[in-house]
Amino acid sequence: MSMNIQTEEKVGFKAPIVMSSLGLLVLVLLGFLGREGMVAFEISRRTDVVQLPAIDVDSSTLGIFSGIVMIAISGFALWRSMQNKRTPIWVLTVYGAVGITVLLGWLAAGATVPVTFIAGTALVLAVPIILGAMGGVMSERVGITNIAIEGQLLSGAFMAAVVSSITGSFTLGIIAAMVTAALMSMVLATFSIVFLAQQIIVGVVLNVLVIGITNFLYQQWLTEDGENVNFPGTLEIIKIPVLSDIPVIGPILFENRITVFLALVIVPVLWFILFKTRLGLRARAVGEHPLAADTVGVNVARTRFWWVTIGGAIAGLGGAALTIGNAGAFGREMSGGFGFIALAVVILGRWHPISAALAALLFGFSIILRVWANQVSPGIPTDFITMVPYLVTIIAVVGFVGKSIPPKALAVPYTKG
Amino acid sequence: MKLELRGITKRFGQVTANDSIDLVIEPGEIHALLGENGAGKSTLMNVLYGLYTADEGVIELDGIVQKFSGPGDAMAAGIGMVHQHFMLIPVFTVAENVALGHEPTKALGVIDLAKAKQQVREISERFGFNVDPDALIADLPVGVQQRVEIIKALSRDAKVLVLDEPTAVLTPQETDELMEIMKQLAATGTSIVFITHKLREVKAVADKITVIRLGKVVGTAKPDASTSELASLMVGREVILTIDKKPAAPGKAVLEVSHVSVLDDRSQRMVNDVSFEVKAGEILALAGVQGNGQTELAEYLLGLRKSIDPEAKTTINGIDISTASVREVLESGVGFIPEDRKTDGLVSEFTIAENLMLNSSFKSRFTRGLSINFGARKKIADELVEQFDVRTPSSETLASKLSGGNQQKVVVARELSRDVSLLIASQPTRGVDVGSIEFIHEQIIAERDAGKAVVLISTELDEVLALADRIAVMYRGKIVGIVGPETSREDLGKLMAGVTA
Repeated sequence: MSMNIQTEEKVGFKAPIVMSSLGLLVLVLLGFLGREGMVAFEISRRTDVVQLPAIDVDSSTLGIFSGIVMIAISGFALWRSMQNKRTPIWVLTVYGAVGITVLLGWLAAGATVPVTFIAGTALVLAVPIILGAMGGVMSERVGITNIAIEGQLLSGAFMAAVVSSITGSFTLGIIAAMVTAALMSMVLATFSIVFLAQQIIVGVVLNVLVIGITNFLYQQWLTEDGENVNFPGTLEIIKIPVLSDIPVIGPILFENRITVFLALVIVPVLWFILFKTRLGLRARAVGEHPLAADTVGVNVARTRFWWVTIGGAIAGLGGAALTIGNAGAFGREMSGGFGFIALAVVILGRWHPISAALAALLFGFSIILRVWANQVSPGIPTDFITMVPYLVTIIAVVGFVGKSIPPKALAVPYTKG
Repeated sequence: MKLELRGITKRFGQVTANDSIDLVIEPGEIHALLGENGAGKSTLMNVLYGLYTADEGVIELDGIVQKFSGPGDAMAAGIGMVHQHFMLIPVFTVAENVALGHEPTKALGVIDLAKAKQQVREISERFGFNVDPDALIADLPVGVQQRVEIIKALSRDAKVLVLDEPTAVLTPQETDELMEIMKQLAATGTSIVFITHKLREVKAVADKITVIRLGKVVGTAKPDASTSELASLMVGREVILTIDKKPAAPGKAVLEVSHVSVLDDRSQRMVNDVSFEVKAGEILALAGVQGNGQTELAEYLLGLRKSIDPEAKTTINGIDISTASVREVLESGVGFIPEDRKTDGLVSEFTIAENLMLNSSFKSRFTRGLSINFGARKKIADELVEQFDVRTPSSETLASKLSGGNQQKVVVARELSRDVSLLIASQPTRGVDVGSIEFIHEQIIAERDAGKAVVLISTELDEVLALADRIAVMYRGKIVGIVGPETSREDLGKLMAGVTA
């Protein structure tokens, strides 16, 4: 009797149309009208144990070749659409990878593309967004909207810098960052669970509060006494033996600061807890249908409280990654919208830790792309280049991700009866 | 296990929902709790289940006083409940839903899904439920979802099983199957509390009947008591179970619908190539179990959804409204009583008068130029309150302060006081007291007699049989048959289950 209802969603032709136009643009602009010169894709760094030779290609030849590949993939997507089938995600990943490669090759005509440097830096820059997004996933999965991620990143960044400077211990700095952001989460959780407050408003207020406090302290204290309270330096870079000698992925993944390693561990662990364990099942139940969870004896308020709080602590760690994990000191409003990007990433990743982390990487990449493009070919307007990853994101969202469905009980306070 | 409730009283502010209720349920007994909507049955069961705390009174199981601080305690004590609105998580599988709250785990709190599935399969086989543990709840028909709820209760070793209005969402055939299941369960010693307002079912399955009215126990009865006796206990006075109406005198076709197919929000085809027509002066009932496309069809007629079939055509009095906006549809002479007055029919934070002008806020009898003519609105509102017997202190009272029946009368008043040629009434008497049901039914028949075309969408077979001149039965998005009002319940039941002759 258990029969499945078939959906009649139309796959549509949006994706192939956009994909083929992009392919055509690449073919013409980056190919036929492309820039003269050879590009060297530098895969190994000079310091690496195992040296792989750099790959040299002609920039415009690469453009023509990539354009053709992209158009071919669009053709495949068109063929799938005509059969009302979705294009498999790995094909789209190949399309995206080709697109990024040709863009890099065009930018660096006559120069080199340091592949490991770009990828590694993208990861480091993405870490605060990844951790902020994990905090967001944790709270939204149990049904609480956390707008305050921005504030949690900022307060984490501040506390990590100041506490590390004063005590001289990075461990204490990280703990202080996590505890402060967790306390913010507790405020959010208490207001939303006990007082049934409007969660967006509480989050916005927390953000404004943190910006105010850190700005004040920065001006009155950190700039006055910077050497003693805002000079923590950065965490030591750890090389994991053997693994860090693997070509390409070694330097990208296994030669990093502890903040990056923690992020790389937290993402799969959160996925595992959320989808494989009792804790995760109950948490998701609370976010989807709190009354149903309550009627089987799951404590809705307690579940929400702790998931939001621990999510806050993780976002705080993301804040620490901004200062002691990268910049080395606290700067005014240095989270600069990363918290809101993290929120977007949560939705883009459909509340799934791994997809969200991948989406965050895209943002990390776009930041490093802007910096690098400016150095390698100063003539090209960087703002235009910076748009590219976002353009890709929009295409991905519109064409392939489809409708993303949030947890049913998101932002709905739970009251019995 | 013997369950005893003594002197249970539960108040919500001024309202006493349960007033000193006593109830004894013997082991292996099917005990029907009979009462109208709003009589306090569900409140009583939520007290029993620990969702509410009683203000007075005690709950005893086998003579031991119980203190439930939450549903978890009640479940641990052996009370299982199948709620009227299923407590299932649509994006979880059957096994995950059944396991939730008492998950079998391996090391590190990892869920042992194999064990959870095995448990579902065992119970499912024992009672012949035929439920796939891997199916997603959202993909299952309601009848199967209900079985999942029962499996959920049984997997927790429920000794007392409470079924809250379990047949509201079932076809007559599914209802019969459920009753068989209830008898089987009772035979194995499970006590069953069966909450309902449907007399026929009570008589078919109950060992003992307790009738509740306005929060009080008003009597007990044996299942061999006559239907009218039970009905009058329930309502407190003699009820007229059939309505007098003259035979229909159909005129020209008002609404013509052809080849309409509509998707719901999940892109599923809920209405599948439907065609029908309604003539002036007749009531066409769209019958069927809830969720067979009636809601989406009503939303299509109103212009809220569009047909995915380009061939589709809908006309009202010959005017094509296939691509019209909601306002154009309303202005072409359609009155619409939505199925859920709380979400679609009324703005509960508005006053009665404001609600009455909701769909005539532009160039109507309520307006003067661009502003509201408050004087005229007050006058019209007062007249309508009087004419439609809305029990309220004034027309400036907030809609949220009214009882369900009176809220519905406001909706009916708004729609019938406009000059319409077609009335679409979707579940017009859901959650409404018997007195108001009679009143609303009379109004609908009066509309018909005044030469209006009426589309009645109802899942209540009694209502359909009482009002309809023709009955169109919907099953899985299709009209599987259009039959006359003299058709037997049994035949209608077969049609509602998709069995066509």
